[in-house]
Amino acid sequence: MLSRTAGNLYWVGRYIERADFLSRLIEATLRLSSLPQSYGGATNAWDSALAAAWMTAPYKARGVPVEEDRVVAFLAIDPDNPSSIRRCVEAARANARAVRTALTLEAWEAINGAWLEMQKFGTRLVDRESLTSLLEAVKAAMQAFDGAAHRTMLRADAYWFIRLGSAIERADNTARVLDVKYHLLLPRGETVGGSLDYFQWTTILRTVSALTAYRWVYRDSVKPWLVADLLILNQQIPRSLASCYGDALRYLDRLSNDAGGRRGPAHRLAAAEHAKLSQLKIETIFSAGLHEFLSNFIAGNNRLGDAIAEQYLF
Amino acid sequence: MAKIAAFDEMFGHAAPDAGTVRAAYTKVRDWLDASPQAVMETRRAQAELFFRRIGITFAVYGDPDAAERLIPFDIVPRVLPRSEWATLEKGLVQRVKALNMFLADVYGAREILRAGIVPEALVLHNPGFCLPMIGRRPMHDIWIQIAGIDLVRTDAHEFYVLEDNARTPSGVSYMLENREVMLKLVPELFHAMKVAPVETYPEALLETLKSVAPSNAGGDPVVVLLTPGQHNSAFYEHSFLADKLGIELVEGSDLAVKDDVVYMRTTQGPRRVDVIYRRIDDAFLDPLTFKAESTLGVPGLMNAFAAGNVTISNAPGTGVADDKAIYSYMPEIVKFYTGEDPILNNVPTWRCREPEALGYVLDHLSELVVKEVDGSGGYGMLVGPHAPAATIAAFAAKLRAHPEKFIAQPTLALSTCPTLCDSGIAPRHVDLRPFVLTGAGGTRIVPGGLTRVALDPGSLVVNSSQGGGTKDTWVVDD
Repeated sequence: MLSRTAGNLYWVGRYIERADFLSRLIEATLRLSSLPQSYGGATNAWDSALAAAWMTAPYKARGVPVEEDRVVAFLAIDPDNPSSIRRCVEAARANARAVRTALTLEAWEAINGAWLEMQKFGTRLVDRESLTSLLEAVKAAMQAFDGAAHRTMLRADAYWFIRLGSAIERADNTARVLDVKYHLLLPRGETVGGSLDYFQWTTILRTVSALTAYRWVYRDSVKPWLVADLLILNQQIPRSLASCYGDALRYLDRLSNDAGGRRGPAHRLAAAEHAKLSQLKIETIFSAGLHEFLSNFIAGNNRLGDAIAEQYLF
Repeated sequence: MAKIAAFDEMFGHAAPDAGTVRAAYTKVRDWLDASPQAVMETRRAQAELFFRRIGITFAVYGDPDAAERLIPFDIVPRVLPRSEWATLEKGLVQRVKALNMFLADVYGAREILRAGIVPEALVLHNPGFCLPMIGRRPMHDIWIQIAGIDLVRTDAHEFYVLEDNARTPSGVSYMLENREVMLKLVPELFHAMKVAPVETYPEALLETLKSVAPSNAGGDPVVVLLTPGQHNSAFYEHSFLADKLGIELVEGSDLAVKDDVVYMRTTQGPRRVDVIYRRIDDAFLDPLTFKAESTLGVPGLMNAFAAGNVTISNAPGTGVADDKAIYSYMPEIVKFYTGEDPILNNVPTWRCREPEALGYVLDHLSELVVKEVDGSGGYGMLVGPHAPAATIAAFAAKLRAHPEKFIAQPTLALSTCPTLCDSGIAPRHVDLRPFVLTGAGGTRIVPGGLTRVALDPGSLVVNSSQGGGTKDTWVVDD
């Protein structure tokens, strides 16, 4: 496969994952911010959403107040925000279009459909209903793409590169949304473990569609260390860091098998991180500091992204 | 040229309400009669939805709002009986054969120039004449593997070649996709009419390209399609064809030349390339030979070509054959190389480089179509009968300044074909671009082609860049 094609497919995977993540983040934050103040609503929910999306600085640069409508528009459809859902969908489509032939018709139609859907909403959201239908449309289209790719694409390099991109992006998103806990300043007087804290952790679970999974796995009330355990170390939930690295490693394996078994530096990085995640205990992570752990992970994940690009000459 | 009512593909010269249609159209007429306007509009909307979903778009240069526009598609097919097609086919094979022999000659022995058939300066100083190709011989002496010949009809038995496209003709994806859409929309009509299939084109193209692979290529030559990238107006077609042929769609930066061999950069290392179906112009192929600032091409490509290690298809330098000034000599060119009279007519052409012709053209601008000799896509042309006086005056000034850049032709009474318009079914002017493939095994043409239709009433400009649409083209047994 052409190196450029591999690079485009990898980024299709990443942008689709990111668009999906942003949709979930907005939904979960809307829900949090609509709670009465004593339950955590109307505080700094949108600050944390911006932090989780890694967009605090670009937003601040605009010099406008952090208000729900503005932040939602910024995250969802702002054509001038290079990381908005709109721009992610556009970037996913541009990458897909450049390598149209590497995708099946069904997979391409799903991405193109999302892009067409996006065009309908223009550059401003008129009301809450249009936001809801936009988020639904994006999530549906992204799942349609996943499904179409899964059902129609050859299990060959094109497929593995898309999947690899989404695994790396997904790990990054999960790590960032967890790390936000540390950017969240609890209002004075709130104790850790109070009701405000509870709703914020619940929001994190919702963002990664893991609230129900949490209950099934722990059969316990929402506790910070268990949420962290679930999203970092649990091998069953598809958005945990351990799962993402298990997936990434498997895709790299398939790629190297197809190429006659040669393994490269990206492979070694992913394997080392995956081995580490399989052995860690959540207590160890907490005692060394969750924020430090997550910062290191995000940096390592970026290195893996670079190593993949280098190994396959994107 | 006398003003006569245009020949209609369906009605001939009969009045549309006279109740008679040409034999090939009987079933189309029945279908139209049985379909009220609302049903036709629904079908058209379905077709449009289909095109949009699969992303068949076309970029129009200089129009930011239309960066990805659909080419309007008309659901009334254009039908050619097999007997008519057979004549066209013979004429096309003859013409493309002559074009190939002309190229081999002007880059080789130059017999036609010595014989004084075509003025030497017109060839050797032609912007399409490619100096690095002098003395080169592409595999099997085939220069034009893929030609798109634009035909127009003026009467029941009168077809004219409007222009030859011997560089990188486009539009074949529309021929194929229009058929797919029509098969979905009106399967019953196909069943009743037994339309010759066009879906064999990709296979024929791949076979053609493989047949001209360098002699040192392995048993299964590696073919790639070279595109300028996704901002090119025909990018959809490039990706569509690469997909249908099952070959890699490459950009210049994906290729590299080492020791006069072309490789593509893949995730598993460099892979040798034998045949490049290029959809970029000569000038951008190789910055070391042509435009140094071009980033679309591949440095060293022409050396690899000269060393016989790669086939470039169509060969560089074919532009000298489809130039509109050379076009005017085509009847002589066909005769010179084949010894036969041309089967297809040439449109009478005034070469403005000749003072006498220039005088005539300037005096008759309001009756003539004036074109740039090396232009394409309907850009920079004057359609006299439809142009306001001020436009004509401005054009006359351009013409006087650079007469050698222009040719003029009478405005032909292009045939019309029934077309779905807002007001119902109405006649619109059409042309036809069949695609002619020439490989080591000979020349072949998939029965059909791209019918382009001028959607404005009375308009003669069918180019998609100028708002023209397309129709499916059916070759049916008589």
